[in-house]
Amino acid sequence: MALTKAEMAEHLFLKLGVNKRDAKELVESFFEEIREALESGEQVKLSGFGNFDLRTKSERPGRNPKTGEDIPIKARRVVTFRPGQKLKSRVEESKPAGSDS
Amino acid sequence: MTKSELIEKLMDKNQHIAARDVELSIKEMLEQMAQTLQKGERIEIRGFGSFSLHFRAPRVGRNPKTGETVKLDGKYVPHFKPGKELRERVNEGLEL
Repeated sequence: MALTKAEMAEHLFLKLGVNKRDAKELVESFFEEIREALESGEQVKLSGFGNFDLRTKSERPGRNPKTGEDIPIKARRVVTFRPGQKLKSRVEESKPAGSDS
Repeated sequence: MTKSELIEKLMDKNQHIAARDVELSIKEMLEQMAQTLQKGERIEIRGFGSFSLHFRAPRVGRNPKTGETVKLDGKYVPHFKPGKELRERVNEGLEL
């Protein structure tokens, strides 16, 4: 079972006693704030967890795999996640639960 | 933007929630996310992205200082796949 926003909000309610409406808002605005920073071109550094970085990729030649037609892939900006050392060592020996997609 | 800057922004935008609750909540969310991955489970946040573990095969490495070879065990590393909304917004931000 994957962790979702609903479970995160429920956890804030159970563990910290934050009321359910506020908990839901906090979870929502947490991810929204990260998206806004990245959208504006700003890197996000969450110590103990990892960094969300931005990389600009220049235009490169591509091809429509169905038709074989040559179509350039436009320049674009992408998000990459670099896990911090602490998170890396915490998961090193973890075994993925189940064989989900 | 750092974690403390993120916390301050969220305090600003959620003034009806006690500042202490905002701070503790952000820290708790990150801890829960780390624990989830540590348990080998995935995180799926619609519109943001998903986190999962990827396997790194065992390999023979080298100590860069001594040149000595070392056997490195296989391990898991965290992986993030941005969701559609995040991908689109980050890319549109570029065109502005």
